[in-house]
Amino acid sequence: MINSSLTQLGAALRTKKISSVELTQSYLDRIARMNPELNAYITLNPEISLAQARAADARLANGNADPLTGIPVAQKDIFCAKGWLTTCGSKMLHNFVSPYDAHVITQFNNAGAVNLGKTNMDEFAMGSSNETSHYGTVKNPWDVSRVPGGSSGGTAAAVAARLCAAATGTDTGGSIRQPAALCGISGLKPTYGVVSRYGMIAFASSLDQAGPMGRSAEDLALLLNTMAGFDERDSTSLQREKEDYARDLNKPLNGLRIGLPKEFFAEGLSGDVAKAVEAAIAEYRKLGAIIVDISLPNTKLSIPVYYVLAPAEASSNLSRFDGVRYGYRAPEYGDLADMYEKSRAQGFGAEVKRRIMIGTYVLSHGYYDAYYLQAQKIRRLIAQDFTDAYKQCDVIMGPTSPSTAFKLGEKGDDPVQMYLSDIYTIAVNLAGLPGMSIPCGFGANDMPVGLQIIGNYFDEARMLNVAHQYQLATDWHGRAPQL
Amino acid sequence: MQWEIVIGLEVHTQLSTNTKIFSGASTAFGAEPNTQADAVSIALPGVLPVLNKGAVERAIKFGLATGARIAQRSVFARKNYFYPDLPKGYQISQFDLPVVGQGALTIQVEPLSGNAKPYEKTVRITRAHLEEDAGKSVHGNSQGVTGIDLNRAGTPLLEIVSEPDMCSAAEAVAYAKALHTLVRWIGICDGNMQEGSFRCDVNVSVRRPGEPLGTRREIKNLNSFKFMQQAIDYEVQWQIDTIENGGKIHQATVLFNPDTGETRAMRSKEDAHDYRYFPDPDLLPLEISTEWIEQVRGTLPELPQAKQVRYVSELGLSAYDASILTASREIADFFEGSVNSLFSQVRSAINLGAASSAEPYAAKLCANWIIGEVSAQLNRDGLDMTQCPISAQQLGGMIMRVIDGTISNSGAKEVFRTMWAEGGEADVIIEAKGLKQVSDSGAIEALVDEIIAANGDKVAEYRSGKDKLFGFFVGLAMKASKGKANPAQLNDILKKKLAG
Repeated sequence: MINSSLTQLGAALRTKKISSVELTQSYLDRIARMNPELNAYITLNPEISLAQARAADARLANGNADPLTGIPVAQKDIFCAKGWLTTCGSKMLHNFVSPYDAHVITQFNNAGAVNLGKTNMDEFAMGSSNETSHYGTVKNPWDVSRVPGGSSGGTAAAVAARLCAAATGTDTGGSIRQPAALCGISGLKPTYGVVSRYGMIAFASSLDQAGPMGRSAEDLALLLNTMAGFDERDSTSLQREKEDYARDLNKPLNGLRIGLPKEFFAEGLSGDVAKAVEAAIAEYRKLGAIIVDISLPNTKLSIPVYYVLAPAEASSNLSRFDGVRYGYRAPEYGDLADMYEKSRAQGFGAEVKRRIMIGTYVLSHGYYDAYYLQAQKIRRLIAQDFTDAYKQCDVIMGPTSPSTAFKLGEKGDDPVQMYLSDIYTIAVNLAGLPGMSIPCGFGANDMPVGLQIIGNYFDEARMLNVAHQYQLATDWHGRAPQL
Repeated sequence: MQWEIVIGLEVHTQLSTNTKIFSGASTAFGAEPNTQADAVSIALPGVLPVLNKGAVERAIKFGLATGARIAQRSVFARKNYFYPDLPKGYQISQFDLPVVGQGALTIQVEPLSGNAKPYEKTVRITRAHLEEDAGKSVHGNSQGVTGIDLNRAGTPLLEIVSEPDMCSAAEAVAYAKALHTLVRWIGICDGNMQEGSFRCDVNVSVRRPGEPLGTRREIKNLNSFKFMQQAIDYEVQWQIDTIENGGKIHQATVLFNPDTGETRAMRSKEDAHDYRYFPDPDLLPLEISTEWIEQVRGTLPELPQAKQVRYVSELGLSAYDASILTASREIADFFEGSVNSLFSQVRSAINLGAASSAEPYAAKLCANWIIGEVSAQLNRDGLDMTQCPISAQQLGGMIMRVIDGTISNSGAKEVFRTMWAEGGEADVIIEAKGLKQVSDSGAIEALVDEIIAANGDKVAEYRSGKDKLFGFFVGLAMKASKGKANPAQLNDILKKKLAG
């Protein structure tokens, strides 16, 4: 059962081969066994999960079930969920029980899915290894001495280790795609504005986007059908007709034009990753695709631009964590300024503080024009690169991450090395485009390699089709770590 | 030594929307602390702002009323600073792209000193922008801690910034009052200064004529016109004294203490914040279409200045009366209600040729009654125009009876008093109290004949040239008629009969 697709699970639930309570309990049992080592979950709440499972069983019995009714889904701990501890991986929110549901949570609740638990993540989604979490590092299920990637590392590890049927992530600079690649699962970051950010704790508002993480493109389509849709509570949510993201899954790929940006295959890319990605491209050729060489000349600027804009927004977004109304407050302090200083000094971890300081600096009087405005201009150039590229191709492909999962602690004291692991993913966020990662083989030390598929705006259905056809022809996505 | 005073104002007007600028929480004043603080007001993790269109509409109204350009595209920015009553750690405001551009307001200035004459002046408005209000810190409660009340957090504000065009406290107060009238007139702000709906920051500097602008100090948060005048007077004198004593003015923010009548610096420029403004990524740029502007223009009432011009040219009122009757929209509405009801009666009572000459007279009577009796009575009872117990139509009905001679002026005053205290229509009160004038010339002639017959000696004295006795005969006749004789008619008949 733990290797079943969401479609198969849904069928089993509807035909009463298994109940949601049984399914949920079996996952909870598996989590109880394996989570102490993997640390993929921050919070479990079996009472709530099982109550939702019972409600789902009643709905299944009434015959008005949705495709996800009764299916246990894990939620990244960045989504506020009513009655759930919602920490965002930070000590700052160690005691924050949300009084309301994020839009994504509401969508899953309405579909009758079971919230299985809140998954671990880098603190405030700032990190690429899940090592910045206040709640401990997550281990990669393929090799517990290695990182799962980040920031949605808990989700990626939970999906890979079969500690949930599927899960959610968020992606500001690669936080869905990079851990998906490092843990050998599938993950999709939709076009900016497709999934409402309401109730998703903000890191960098103009880049943050929630998306599904699962074991196949087919599963992702079902999840995205539930997550996507206009929400008037998010002013950046896009008002579009509801669409079925699974509608094109079975289209053949004859004539599909795949753009390969030369910048994605240059210096910095590990040989083992390059080999796996090239093999995947060869597979696409067999499926009828045409390969087009393209260039994204401003890609190299995406990391510096990102590390101006994202910290700028974050420095402001994280100002609300001041110890006044909720969250962590220093136990002892003098005056008001001292309370702020101590609460924030003790409540935030090192990476978060580093980014708040960078962001504060680039927004400061006298530096704003040189950094923030300049970065905004380059951001438009980066987006323009993609617009030009899509005149020649339908999708863009390349590696998701320059290497496979690295060792825990390996890059911990070198932030710039850590930032470079998002070199292929960040430009996609800056442009607001959809991007996904699917498993395409194994590299050194038998660690998974991810293939990145970047689509044009609102081209999620086509990307899922492209990924699904590959997954019909290969079985990389079906491999599971030995635990 | 001569000094020139330079004053500019920043006025925060709370916009009269029912809900907050970025959430659905109520903006009603005076609720229990934090009962109107929803998730957005508290700035819970993950919540997002959604712009209230009503606030934008009010800003557009203000722009149109001051002849300003409405920006087709304006941007909300974050103003970052830490304070406990600022829950997000930033205020959403507008910075380099405000919704309302340059406009102007014409004011009537009444000089405070000597016998200088009132004059008109146009003050330029630099810009007006939308922003959210902060909450309130409540200091010194029983536990000795500071409480935070976030009911006000997120209340929509329109900050109206003037050019430094005013050069006296009188001008500054006149501008603030004109603005106060205008925002209430166009219905965008309730103008309640005690509740903080209309708060003024005043920038003051002094210089010697011909010299460049002096360093300004900003007097924060003045919430009465009286305090504004006192604060400016004190501040101006303090700055002049400081300079004349060889000191320098340093840019600073000051507070006015109404108890001492002094201004005192609360922070200097050295510890001014770096607010790190940047466009709020949670809100799209505010786009305002020409259609939207035109739609709002259609809802804009006739403005006070246009009304004043019309009252003078069409109704023949004096400029003075016209300005008093347009001091608030309620007074103007009341006046127009009375005049309209009166005009329709006058038109149906008299043929059209006579009406054209009767109308200015009718309008003048209405103006006199409202500026005189109605205002005095409202003042006495501590009521405002909207609480007037007499309707505009009732007043018009009563004045009609003065015009058509049914009641005398003194009779009208009695009708008015009764109407005020007990209600009812003029005709009913006139009937009940027997106030109808005697306009039957036969009855008046008979009455006059009797008086002449009974006072032969006085008649002789009058006829021999003692004109002053005329009043004596009027008095007798009024007494005999119990005050109901139509005075004009009585005069004519008396004159004729006394002449012999």
